[in-house]
Amino acid sequence: MSDAANVVDRTPSERVDVCIVGAGPAGALMADKLAAGGHDVVVLEAGKRFDFESRLRRMKRSIRPAYDDLDVWDMGGPRDDFNSSGEIFYPLNHKRVKGIGGSTLHWGGRVARLPEKDFEMQSRYGLASDWPINYDDLQPYYARAERELGVAGVDDNPFAPPREQPFPMEAFPRSYSDSLFEQACEKLDITTHSVPQARNSEPYQDRSACVGYGTCQPVCPSGAKYSADVHVRKAESEGARVIDQAAVQRLEHDDSGETVTAAVYRTPDGETHRQTARQFVLAAGGIEIPRLLLLSESPSHPDGLANSSGTVGKFFMESPYIHLIGQLDRRTRQNLIGLGTMESHQFYTPEEAEPGSFKIEFGLGAGPTPAQLALEQRTPLEGMLDTMRNPTSVGQWSENARNLGGIEWGDDLLANIREQYGNYFSISAEIEVLPRVENRVTLDRSTTDAYGKPIPDVSWNRDPHAERTIERAFEVLESIVDNLDADVREKHRSVLWNGVGHHSGTTRMGTDPGNSVVDPQLRTHDLTNLYLVSSSVFVTSGAMQPTLTIAALALRAADHLASKL
Amino acid sequence: MELTRRDALLALSAMGIAAGGVAQQLGDRGTVSAEVTDGTVAVAEVVFPSSVSGNREFVETYLDGRTEGDGYSLEEIASLLDTIDREAKRSTGRSFTDLTPSKRDDVLREIGAAKAYPDPDGTVPQRIRYYLVNDLLYALYSSPTGGELVGNENPVGHPGGREAYQEGPDDE
Repeated sequence: MSDAANVVDRTPSERVDVCIVGAGPAGALMADKLAAGGHDVVVLEAGKRFDFESRLRRMKRSIRPAYDDLDVWDMGGPRDDFNSSGEIFYPLNHKRVKGIGGSTLHWGGRVARLPEKDFEMQSRYGLASDWPINYDDLQPYYARAERELGVAGVDDNPFAPPREQPFPMEAFPRSYSDSLFEQACEKLDITTHSVPQARNSEPYQDRSACVGYGTCQPVCPSGAKYSADVHVRKAESEGARVIDQAAVQRLEHDDSGETVTAAVYRTPDGETHRQTARQFVLAAGGIEIPRLLLLSESPSHPDGLANSSGTVGKFFMESPYIHLIGQLDRRTRQNLIGLGTMESHQFYTPEEAEPGSFKIEFGLGAGPTPAQLALEQRTPLEGMLDTMRNPTSVGQWSENARNLGGIEWGDDLLANIREQYGNYFSISAEIEVLPRVENRVTLDRSTTDAYGKPIPDVSWNRDPHAERTIERAFEVLESIVDNLDADVREKHRSVLWNGVGHHSGTTRMGTDPGNSVVDPQLRTHDLTNLYLVSSSVFVTSGAMQPTLTIAALALRAADHLASKL
Repeated sequence: MELTRRDALLALSAMGIAAGGVAQQLGDRGTVSAEVTDGTVAVAEVVFPSSVSGNREFVETYLDGRTEGDGYSLEEIASLLDTIDREAKRSTGRSFTDLTPSKRDDVLREIGAAKAYPDPDGTVPQRIRYYLVNDLLYALYSSPTGGELVGNENPVGHPGGREAYQEGPDDE
């Protein structure tokens, strides 16, 4: 489709009410609601518009070992260059997608409302800061967001905040694997419950029900999993204009320094354009929003736009995950579906400040798939390289012995797959971090991207609060496994410090312009017509998936902005 | 365990190839030469388990889908099969397709297909591993029949519905 890039009109529109930067869930929902309200909307998106029909091909890329994860959604390269300067390497481009639909193209689709305590961390625990809004403020928007995205669920979670109505769709039934862990949890008085999913358990608003491809992350070929291209299409049908491959370089403001006048963007033909508008919304996520503000520095805003507080880019948060993975003496029926159907939020709202919140997820994709076992056999040379990296592994040496004759196929391979597939389990926990000033997004002025602009630098460091929470969470996970009615053949712990793509906190919300970037309506303190709609405004992040809260904030911001136009 | 055309169509789907057009063409073959089909079936008989039957029908449908699907080069396959055949004649004096599966196994290993890293743009052994060995294994183990051989009737990449994950293993 490279020719198409040259024939699409990417020149600016005239007389625009709202210019939105970013076509992920926040930008798409705002564009849809504002366009439906009769306002002239232009959305500028740095990434491509992907053909829906290409999803099967993209799924293949996600399964075949010859492809890198970044190939699935064409991420990486000079456009997406970044630096990671913290103690934990942050693989930014594995944690996001640029394109129409944004990171919802590759997300897992779990959705949850943030419980009350996440808005009140200072009041309850003396930690971090309270949000300037609370659960009651967001509750009606959470309900709307569940209808917009299409959420399958059932109200069986005693730890969830209050609901006002049933979920739009029935929940996905629990898995066979869940039943093994449910028994262990019952012995320990740990309550388990279903998982709300932005994924169709039945046809919903012209989208298919889930048909079980099993590749939700990173691509759903059926479209049953919500992705924000859904609302981009709705917005366009309402008259919004959405321009892909329009990479915004900076925002310009008027002489007073109080009003944004234009978004300057580059297109594939090498041209630079200026999109003017009455109001501007940045909806480009927790990395690119602070970066764009910092890139928009000017004489009247020498530290970057909307940065009089000096907090733009600071207080970056992610969601570390821990996993307890192993094998049982029996079949666990993994890799038969791409979602998870059981969680426990019992440890989410602790009595004391520490250990902090964690959320338990019971996995359904543990261990290698049969196709992976067949295709990812290691050649002798690769095996020796593995051994050099990990010389004390006895398993690696025996693996090498088996590899000497080359890979297996035929009956030998079948026997090998039968031996290795089928008994794995995994239990995971999403871990709360606290906002810390040293975790931040800055500009790396030593390196430039495809457009000659300084690349983002992510500094991500271990959080002592999270470390103490991880210890407690592992104790709970181990106790569950110890209480299984099965022999555990092996188990090991792993900690995914670099998280799962939940970047937040980098332009936080508050009432004091001295220590926050946006007000409770998500308007920047410093500029009268600039709104930031993203998880970047989160004050704290809890240990829940952020997308439903992003969607709720976008719907609330759309209501507010519509009232101003 | 018998492989069927349906398995091949589902495997193609898992490979990102919309197989609707292929289904319509099932009675109207002709794009893939008999030599390519014979050669690919001969490889499949080595890399597939001996308990699997129906290889020819599976491979025919699969190759048709490859032609129809994503511009995957049959010339590449034909060229790689030629190379394998030359190696067979050099080492045994007979065509690859005329050898027993055991002898064919030897030829594929002699040519380096079992020790090469699979790379679609790599050396001949690397491409044999990628385009023939791995593609056939992928097609098999992403099809329901291949999955059932190892206890997974809805392999990843196959849209096999939402019942399998709820059901316990067969032996319970």
